[in-house]
Amino acid sequence: MKLRRSIKDPRGESLLFRRRALAGFVLIVLSLCLLLSRFVFLQVTHHDEFVTRSTNNRVKPRAIPPARGLIYDRNGVLLADNVPAFRLEVVPEQIKDMPALLAQLGQVVPLDQDDLDAFRKQLKQSRRFESVPLKMHLTEDEIARFAVNRWRFPGVDVVPYLTRRYPLGGMFAHVVGYVGRIDTDDLERLDPKRYQGTSHVGRSGLERSYENILHGTPGYELLEVNADGRTQRVLETHAPTPGKNLYLSLDVRLQKAAEAAFDGRPGAAVAIDPRNGQVLAMVSVPTFDPNLFVNGISQVDYAALTNDPDKPLYNRALRGVYPPGSTVKPLVGLAGLETGMRTPQDSVVSTGVFYIPGQQRGYRDDQRGGVGRVDLVGAIEQSVNTYFYKLALDMGIDRFSDYMGKFGFGRPTGIDLIGESSGVLPSREWKAANYKQPWYPGETVIAGIGQGFWAVTPLQLSHAIATFAGHGVPYAPRLVMATQGGVNAKPQPLANPPSGPSVIRNPADWDVVNQGMQQVIYGAKGTGRQLGIGFPYLMAGKSGTAERFSRRSEAYDTNRSTEYLATRHRAWFVAYAPADNPQIAVAAILESGAWGASAAGPIVRTILDTWLAGHDGVIADAKRLPVSAAPLPPAASIPPDAGAEDIEPVEDLPAQATTTGGPP
Amino acid sequence: MIEALYARARRFLRRILTRPRIDLPLAFGLFVLALTGLATLYSAGDGSLALVGGQAGRFVLGGALLLLVSRIPPPVLRGWAPWLYAGSTALLVVVAILGEGRGSIRWLDLGVMRFQPSELLKLTMPMMVAWYLHPRQLPPGWKDIAMVGLLIAIPVGLIAEQPDLGTAVLVAAAGAFALFLSGMAWWRIGLLVGAVAGMVPVGWHFLHQYQRDRVLTLLNPESDPLGNGWHIIQSQIAVGSGGIFGKGWQHSTQSRLDFLPEHTTDFIFAVFSEEFGLVGVAALIALYAFIIGRCLWIAMEARDTYSRLLAGAIGMSFFVYVFVNGGMVAGMLPVVGVPLPLISYGGTSAVSLLTGFGVLMSIHANRKMHL
Repeated sequence: MKLRRSIKDPRGESLLFRRRALAGFVLIVLSLCLLLSRFVFLQVTHHDEFVTRSTNNRVKPRAIPPARGLIYDRNGVLLADNVPAFRLEVVPEQIKDMPALLAQLGQVVPLDQDDLDAFRKQLKQSRRFESVPLKMHLTEDEIARFAVNRWRFPGVDVVPYLTRRYPLGGMFAHVVGYVGRIDTDDLERLDPKRYQGTSHVGRSGLERSYENILHGTPGYELLEVNADGRTQRVLETHAPTPGKNLYLSLDVRLQKAAEAAFDGRPGAAVAIDPRNGQVLAMVSVPTFDPNLFVNGISQVDYAALTNDPDKPLYNRALRGVYPPGSTVKPLVGLAGLETGMRTPQDSVVSTGVFYIPGQQRGYRDDQRGGVGRVDLVGAIEQSVNTYFYKLALDMGIDRFSDYMGKFGFGRPTGIDLIGESSGVLPSREWKAANYKQPWYPGETVIAGIGQGFWAVTPLQLSHAIATFAGHGVPYAPRLVMATQGGVNAKPQPLANPPSGPSVIRNPADWDVVNQGMQQVIYGAKGTGRQLGIGFPYLMAGKSGTAERFSRRSEAYDTNRSTEYLATRHRAWFVAYAPADNPQIAVAAILESGAWGASAAGPIVRTILDTWLAGHDGVIADAKRLPVSAAPLPPAASIPPDAGAEDIEPVEDLPAQATTTGGPP
Repeated sequence: MIEALYARARRFLRRILTRPRIDLPLAFGLFVLALTGLATLYSAGDGSLALVGGQAGRFVLGGALLLLVSRIPPPVLRGWAPWLYAGSTALLVVVAILGEGRGSIRWLDLGVMRFQPSELLKLTMPMMVAWYLHPRQLPPGWKDIAMVGLLIAIPVGLIAEQPDLGTAVLVAAAGAFALFLSGMAWWRIGLLVGAVAGMVPVGWHFLHQYQRDRVLTLLNPESDPLGNGWHIIQSQIAVGSGGIFGKGWQHSTQSRLDFLPEHTTDFIFAVFSEEFGLVGVAALIALYAFIIGRCLWIAMEARDTYSRLLAGAIGMSFFVYVFVNGGMVAGMLPVVGVPLPLISYGGTSAVSLLTGFGVLMSIHANRKMHL
């Protein structure tokens, strides 16, 4: 061990440095010799090889975008297709004066401002030797005009590509969605490697939520080019991997029938298979043509869509929120049984008005004078408000919203689409967070009949009914049933396990509520008692009518015309079938419908009929009704006698004048 | 008070204005290099005078800075060292917090111009290490080595995080060279290098995916024919086709037909190799070796430890530029954004390099007097 030197030794340090600098220099020279030897290797040893490659270097790689996966319905009907088209592309590095080129080119092929803006944006983002699309979807005429003038525009070319087409137009616009041209925002979030050469990306619907699966992986080809950079021939092709095809659980026939049943009236319907959460139909009326969006929608078309008072771009099934009204009464009744607040035999006397003990304000039943004593089955059959007012009040809002939450109210259902609304499940916490006010008992009372703050999307309600129909086993709704990795490959089913255990503890409770919902269709006083006629399997359902505005005049009490009421009501109907082995659950809403059963009921029945036809009229493992098993003659068309002063509840009876007599 | 300050400022100015002593061999080497750079740029940029003019303008600016810095005596530079180091590291922190830049965050927008603080560290890092080691007992022990290691690690970590691997390597090398020149024992160097080599698998884990891709692409360029693999292949074709005597000035086909990307900046060496062949490459490498050697000569002649270490570190880090860029162009090293000094087009690197040589000139001007 050397002695520790405690003072600096400048002379020693200088010598040390000298040695180090020399050592460093030697190392540097050696490294540079190593570098030089690499150049010798390239420039002398392999010179000939590289000269050959250099003179043959007329080869440029070009990305080949993958073909986007196709979308089929559950029976293999094509919903989204790829069709060949042509577009104009520019290679920036070959253009000396871009503005002049665009001006000259504009005289040959008309370029509108939208094209130019998109082009300039993308120009900034791409490398100089990558071609940038200028105008999509050229017409035959434009292709011909450019072909004649092509010699004037080196660096500009007509390039074939695949564009998206939706053969069924608007029928699936709200579900399948559409693709659109990639814009600057997209470029920032997309992986540039995966999207080389790709011009379109999923914008809405399944096209967006399944973008990753639909897109695929690009390939490339080696092109021989001439001095202008024009392709002479293709030397090598490394094929892209196309995106996977999607098989939806939707059925075109069901979708078509459901859309037709609305007859253009704004509304939405969703049908779900309660056994697995598969969505069988999902319509939002009115709809729009998604093909308009694919290659850039014109200002005029877009203005027409956005200015339409019926808002065709609005996906009512997914985003529309409406008070559920009486459709949730069966679930409220189930809550009473499951929480032990009620037995099936407990009954309530309906007098026409319900009062919270000690309060002045009355909550009306829908029939003036009430219907007398009813138990749960009767209360569901006749939609007796008083029963549910009292039940909700007895449960209290906390227990009430806890139980209703199990059916998915107040939160997204988890369907495989983006942008779902949560709706509102009334609760103390929700009101405190949104209104900064305490909860009032009156709000619990009206929550019992699906009014007040309560708001649901058609998807949520059909999900809740499907969950009930499936004996309480919750499944997140799914539109995509399977993916397919090639034309001849076997479709791979996507698993959709239940999102939890059954929310119903006692199967007997389910039987009671199921019976109540069957009575709606088959009971002597059932609110939907015409809807089961001729349907060969047991149906169960529930109607709902919610007022759109609070009442301002007496007109409501006196004017009973269907047309007038339709402007004031939203009509709901929910149903499932067969009631002894549920395989389809449907919810439908008409934004303007006089009464739930009479306006929305037939839409649901049409969907069920079409579904049955799709099974050739035979459902396994379900009791088939005798053909003559028509329900009891429906009640006379007595308009329901509805309403309290300032509250919403209204209930429904089919108000059809064609029927013969019956109990008043 | 004010008068005293004024007198001090005048004294300072007089001192730096009356000592314009330049090392002629070094200046000559740099001058030849800059001319070579402009000529290559003219050819690589398709005869664009705007490109060459812009670069010449930066050389003039860099030259002026060189002259200015050469008149600041090394003791003054030594006094500034900790402040300059702290200031430039603080700027890195600012960049990390609010900087802007596409993909990686390297730039500070000053309104008038955009500014890359990591560039400053290339000079302030060796200044700081030299400042630290100057009063210490040399060769350094573990304690001082650890301290220097920390001084290097903080800014290098910030730069690597941006991520800007090329600059991080250059800055780290500048600091490490100062430590090497201070006489750190060989066995300690061996131990540290061994430890660093052991850390490589761990470091791999911390690289960004694109950085890993670049390394993997080097091993197998055909795997990425549309991106960096393409760069590597095209660059090697350009170099290899140049042969011994080259295709002649302005006769490179690879860059002319735009097969070679970035051919005025990071890949300009490939254009040079294609046009001037192995002979030109050997001459250029010899010129670089001459400049580095002259820097080390100046360092040996320097008056004190600080000057020695600083001059030596600046000279040796110049080598890193050449080696990393040359290795990248020849397909030996991964694609890292390190320019070929004074030849690649680009302002900040030219200006900061010439400023560094200004420091060397100053050290030369204040060398030991041989009696």
